[in-house]
Amino acid sequence: MVDLEIWIALLLGLMTLSAAILVLLVKNHIAAVAAASVVSLGLALLFVLMRAPDVAMTEAAVGAGLSSLILALAVKRLGLWRIDGKTTRSSLLVTNTRREKDA
Amino acid sequence: MIPGFTLELILYSTALGLVSIGLAGLVLSHHLFRIVLALVIAEAGANLMLVLAGYRWDAVAPILTTLGEQPQMVDPVPQAMVLTAIVIGVGIQALAVSILIRIRQRYHTLDRNEVAELMDAEIAATAGTARDVSQEAPLGERPIPPITDDAVQVRGGRS
Amino acid sequence: MRNLTGLLFAGGLGFMLLSIAINLDFGTPTMLIGGAIQSNALQKTGATNIVTSVVLGYRGIDTLGELSILFAAAASAGLILGRRHTTAGTQTAGGFVLRHGGSMLFPLLMTIGFYIIFHGHLSPGGGFQGGVILAAAFFLPLLARPGAQLHHGTLSLIEGLAGASFVLIGLIALQQGKAFLQPMLIQDTLGVLLSAGTLPLLYLAVGLKVGAELASLLSHLAQTESDA
Repeated sequence: MVDLEIWIALLLGLMTLSAAILVLLVKNHIAAVAAASVVSLGLALLFVLMRAPDVAMTEAAVGAGLSSLILALAVKRLGLWRIDGKTTRSSLLVTNTRREKDA
Repeated sequence: MIPGFTLELILYSTALGLVSIGLAGLVLSHHLFRIVLALVIAEAGANLMLVLAGYRWDAVAPILTTLGEQPQMVDPVPQAMVLTAIVIGVGIQALAVSILIRIRQRYHTLDRNEVAELMDAEIAATAGTARDVSQEAPLGERPIPPITDDAVQVRGGRS
Repeated sequence: MRNLTGLLFAGGLGFMLLSIAINLDFGTPTMLIGGAIQSNALQKTGATNIVTSVVLGYRGIDTLGELSILFAAAASAGLILGRRHTTAGTQTAGGFVLRHGGSMLFPLLMTIGFYIIFHGHLSPGGGFQGGVILAAAFFLPLLARPGAQLHHGTLSLIEGLAGASFVLIGLIALQQGKAFLQPMLIQDTLGVLLSAGTLPLLYLAVGLKVGAELASLLSHLAQTESDA
């Protein structure tokens, strides 16, 4: 039982941390908002593991839902909304060479 | 199971890792929107740390199911605190985002250094003063005011 | 150079905090207040969900402060964004599926939101979560039909009434010779919908206030002028 918990916690922790790093590294701003939402989702599942169902529910509704909605609206209003384009299509090439400054 | 790889270590490193990643993003990012995102991540890590403070081994969620003899429960007080902290967090986030929208409308850029430059120039122009170009080397000389004899007497130095 | 310094700072800070935290005793909280609350929460507040009894019963005045912080944040966001709403015609209207899907989801989301609010004292959930779901329910049709508008006057009225009734319930408790926001009308039953006295009423006020605030905030953000 405890062994299973450790494995689940390890998986969720790795998911949360890698999504958090991705928020800072990925170039597309919409992808960054989506990664921030993944951080909240992993955190909500960790809260369930910590026997905090109330907090998990709040985090899932507020952090993964409403907060990403606000951030996505902000991306749209700030004029950073680019789904595809030169920068995202050739992202593999760009990471090999030098990453240019954020848009 | 790998020895030394406890639940404790995994959870603490997740929480503190989130805080550190958020702070690193806060320091390193040049784009103001990324700074808001980094703030969100750091806040999430702090919330997880607070919930971890109330965890108890072999306990159940703080919801009563039977009258009389109760099983061990995790501490409900940090959970109530985090509950309100999350909702406040989203309000603060919306406030930050609306400030960013105003900055973008005014200065047409979201780079941290450029916005600081433009804001500095505008403040100086409104106040009608020359602006400090650099923090390290101030414009003109700034002589240290000489210490008068009265002040020396009061401070009790040089008899 | 600057990047290296920043990374070094963050990594060092994380390592230092981790080495401190790993020496704390995990899983055995030293705070005694949790056990004390657990043993007499049912007699004092009547709520099965102990987190609810902490949020509204033991720390009700903190919740009032939290609501005022949220109100201040929403009000200042509205103040900063201003009233220039000129997006009419700039957004493309949603298609058939989006419009009708939004209309069909609206009653379901309202039901879930009110269910979560009313069962906040029995099961996980409560005013904050339910309020957020209510805000999402009112915002969803707005996404499908960009021309539609939420009535801001009604939203402010709901918000003001909810906040006033939260304070009013607290004042009634004061008038009956109890402490401010102390739970009243407690029946000593377990797990019945009408069991926790004034706590469901307080959570209803919290839910309506949070929902109205966030809905007006979202519609402000959605309708503000974009210069992209």
